[in-house]
Amino acid sequence: MSNDKLQTATVTSADINDIKLQESLAATAAQPVKITARDVKVFYGDNQAIHGIDLDVYQNEVVAFIGPSGCGKSTFLRCLNRMNDTIDICRVTGEIKLDDRNIYDPTLDVVQLRAQVGMVFQKPNPFPKSIYENIAYGPKLHGLAEKKSDLDDIVESSLRRAGLWNEVKDRLNQPGTGLSGGQQQRLCIARTIAVSPEVILMDEPCSALDPIATSIIEELIDELKQNFTIVIVTHNMQQAARVSDRTAFFHLGNLIEIGATNELFTNPKQKRTEDYITGRYG
Amino acid sequence: MSNLTLIVCLLVVMAMAYQLGMVRSRKVATINPVQRMHSRPQHYGMMVALWAVLPAFFILVIWNLLAPDVIAALVQQSLPPEIQSQDAQAVAVTLRRIANLAANFGIVAEAADWELAAAAYMQQLQHSSGLMLTALMAAIAAAGLTFSYFKIAPQRRARHQVERVVKAVLVICSTIAILTTIGIVLSMVTETLKFFSFIKPTDFFFGTTWNPRFSTTGATDQGSFGLLPLLSGTMMIAVIALLVAIPLGLMVAIYLAEYAPAKLRNTVKPVIEVLAGIPTIVYGFFALVTVGPFLSDLGQTLGLTIRATSALTAGVVMGIMIIPFISSLSDDIITQVPKALRDGSLGLGATKSETIRKVVLPAALPGIVGAVLLAASRAIGETMIVVLAAGNAPALTANPFEAVSTVTVTIVNQLTGDNDFASPQSLVAFALGLTLFVITLLLNIIALVIVRKYREQYE
Ligand SMILES: Nc1ncnc2c1ncn2[C@@H]1O[C@H](COP(=O)(O)OP(=O)(O)OP(=O)(O)O)[C@@H](O)[C@H]1O
Ligand SMILES: [Mg+2]
Repeated sequence: MSNDKLQTATVTSADINDIKLQESLAATAAQPVKITARDVKVFYGDNQAIHGIDLDVYQNEVVAFIGPSGCGKSTFLRCLNRMNDTIDICRVTGEIKLDDRNIYDPTLDVVQLRAQVGMVFQKPNPFPKSIYENIAYGPKLHGLAEKKSDLDDIVESSLRRAGLWNEVKDRLNQPGTGLSGGQQQRLCIARTIAVSPEVILMDEPCSALDPIATSIIEELIDELKQNFTIVIVTHNMQQAARVSDRTAFFHLGNLIEIGATNELFTNPKQKRTEDYITGRYG
Repeated sequence: MSNLTLIVCLLVVMAMAYQLGMVRSRKVATINPVQRMHSRPQHYGMMVALWAVLPAFFILVIWNLLAPDVIAALVQQSLPPEIQSQDAQAVAVTLRRIANLAANFGIVAEAADWELAAAAYMQQLQHSSGLMLTALMAAIAAAGLTFSYFKIAPQRRARHQVERVVKAVLVICSTIAILTTIGIVLSMVTETLKFFSFIKPTDFFFGTTWNPRFSTTGATDQGSFGLLPLLSGTMMIAVIALLVAIPLGLMVAIYLAEYAPAKLRNTVKPVIEVLAGIPTIVYGFFALVTVGPFLSDLGQTLGLTIRATSALTAGVVMGIMIIPFISSLSDDIITQVPKALRDGSLGLGATKSETIRKVVLPAALPGIVGAVLLAASRAIGETMIVVLAAGNAPALTANPFEAVSTVTVTIVNQLTGDNDFASPQSLVAFALGLTLFVITLLLNIIALVIVRKYREQYE
C-alpha cells in the first residue's frame, strides 16, 4: 500500500471527524518508509508458516498485528530482526529492507541490525543479573557509554521512560528476576530502549499483565512513538485500537488486510477480517 | 527341610493362593450381583497370597534367628558338669567343635566320647527343629490362606491391604540401605576412636610427619601419624586434576551445548562419557607407562626436574578421568538455560560468544560449580591412579614435580600386608577413611545444595 492510496483513504473515510485518526494518518503519510517487506515466505522445515507477505512500516508509527493463534504473527515479526536465525529449521525467503538496505544481505551485520531493531518478547525474560546490569547490558556491548556516569544516565533515562524508575531506583542492585511480572516486562522494554534502536518489535508484551500494568505499557508505547517505530503483536483488539495507527490482520500465514486502525475496526474491507474482529471467528 | 526348600514351597503356595483368591473373588462377585466388589480380582488374589505367605515367612525368619541359640543352650546343658564349669570362652570353643562335628565337618584332634554324644544330640535337635518349623509354617500358611479366603467379600478392601504391604516392603528396603550406611559409618567411628586411644587427635590432624613404624609391638614409640602430608598430597593432586579438567570440560560442554549440531552432540557426548567408564587402574597404568615418562622428558627439555611418578602425573591423568563428569553435567546445565534468555541477549545485538559468556554461563554458574564439586569429590576419593602414578612419598611438599602420597594410597598401604588389626598402624586407616568420608560428604552436600538452588531459579 502506498502513501497516495492512504491519503485517498483518509479523504473518503466516513470517520473524517475522528480527530485522532486524522492526526495519525497525517503523521503516517508524512513519514518515510522504515521497513519494506516483499513476498516474504517462511518455512519451518517443510512446513510453510508465511505465504508471501508484502507490508510497509512507516517511520514513527505504531503498527499492530492481529490474527488468530498460529497465523504467523510472531514468525513474521521475528523476520524483521532476523531472530528466526536462531531456529535451526527456519528458512526465510523474499526481501525485507530496513531504510532501503536488505537485512538478509549476507554482508549485513546481524549484530548491528538487532541493535537497530530491538525486540520485546512475549514472556518477560530479564537476565539473572541486577536491575542495573540488565539495562546496562546492551549499552556496554555496543560501547554506548564511555564513562560510568554516562552509563548511569542511560540506565536512569531508560528506566524513567519505561515508567519503572520510581519503583526500582532504590534497588538497582537487586536481581531483575525478583521483580513482578509487569515490572519485569517494563524492565525488558527499558533494556530494549537503552540501546536506542530505531524500531521496536513487541510480541504480545501485555499478555501476562494486569490491566494497570497494561495501561502503563500502552502509555509508554504512545510516548515511544515520538522517537521509535513500533510493531506490536496483540490478541487484544481494544489494545490494538488504543495504541496503533495502523493494524494488520493475519490469517493462516497470509496478510489479509492492513489499514488505518479505526478504519479497519469500523469498516473492514475483507469478510474474514470482519468475522475475526466481531468475534464470529477465532 | 532346608530354608531354601521352605522358601521355594512358600513361593509355590503363594502362586496357588493367588489363583485361589482370584477364582474365589469372581465367584463372590457372581453371588453378590447387587453389591459391586471393592477391588479387582487380582487384588483379592494378592491379598490371599500375602496372608498365606507373609506370616509364615515371618516365622521362618524369627525361627532362624532364635533356633541356633536355643539348640546351643540345650546342648550345653547336656554336657558333662566339669566341661560346663569351664570359663565362657572354653565353653564356646567346645560348642563350636560340637557344631562342626554335628555338621560333619572335620575337627582337630580326636573327638571325645562325650563330644560325639553331644554332637548326635545336637543333630537330633536340629532335625526336630526343622520338622517343627516346617509344621508350624504349614499350619500358619494354611490358617492365613483359609482366613483370608473366606474373608473375600464385596466390602473387603483388598486393594488397600495390598498397597499397604507394598509400601511396607519399600520402607523396609530403604531402611536396610540407610542402616547399612549408618552401620559403616559407625564402625569407622568406633575404629577411629580406638585409634585415638593410641594417638592424640591433635597429633593426627596437625602432625606434619607421616612415619608409622610397623615393627613396634609393645614399644612406646608408635611412630608419627601426621595427616597433613597426606592431605596436602591429596589436595595438590585434586587441584591439578581440576586445573586440567575444568577448562577442558567446560569448553567441551559449551561446544556441545551451543555450537555442535544435534547429530554430532548425540554421538560425541556418549563417547566422552566412556572416559568415565574406563577402569581407573587402566588410567593408572597409562599414567605410569605413558604420561609420566612423557612429562619427565618434557621437563628435561624445559630444564625442569620432573619425576615420572609425581603429583603432576597423577593429577593430569586424573584430570582426564574427570573431564566427563564436568563436561556432561555442565552440558546438561547449559542446555537447561532457557532459550528466552539467549534470545533476549541476541535481540539486544549481542554476538553468540558474548551471549554465552555474559548471560548463559553466569546463569548456569551455580550448576557448573555443583558439577565441579562433584568431580572434585571424585578426584579426592580416587585411589588406583595415585597408587600407581603419584610416587608414594608421604612428604609435605609444595612442589608438584615431586612424588607425593595421598590419603587413599596410605589407606591401601596400611591395610595390605601382614599386620595386627588392633595396632595403631592399621587402625589409622579408619581414621583416614573417616576423614576422607567427611571431606567428600561435605563437598557433595555443598554441591547438592548449589545445584538444587539453581534448579529453583527457573521454575
Ligand atoms: N520453532 C518452530 N518450529 C516449527 N514450527 C513453528 C515454530 N514456531 C512457529 N511454528 C509454526 O509456525 C506457525 C506460526 O506460528 P507463530 O508463532 O508465528 O504464530 P502466532 O501467530 O504468533 O500465534 P500466537 O498468537 O499463538 O502466538 C504455526 O503453525 C507454528 O506451528
Ligand atoms: Mg506468537
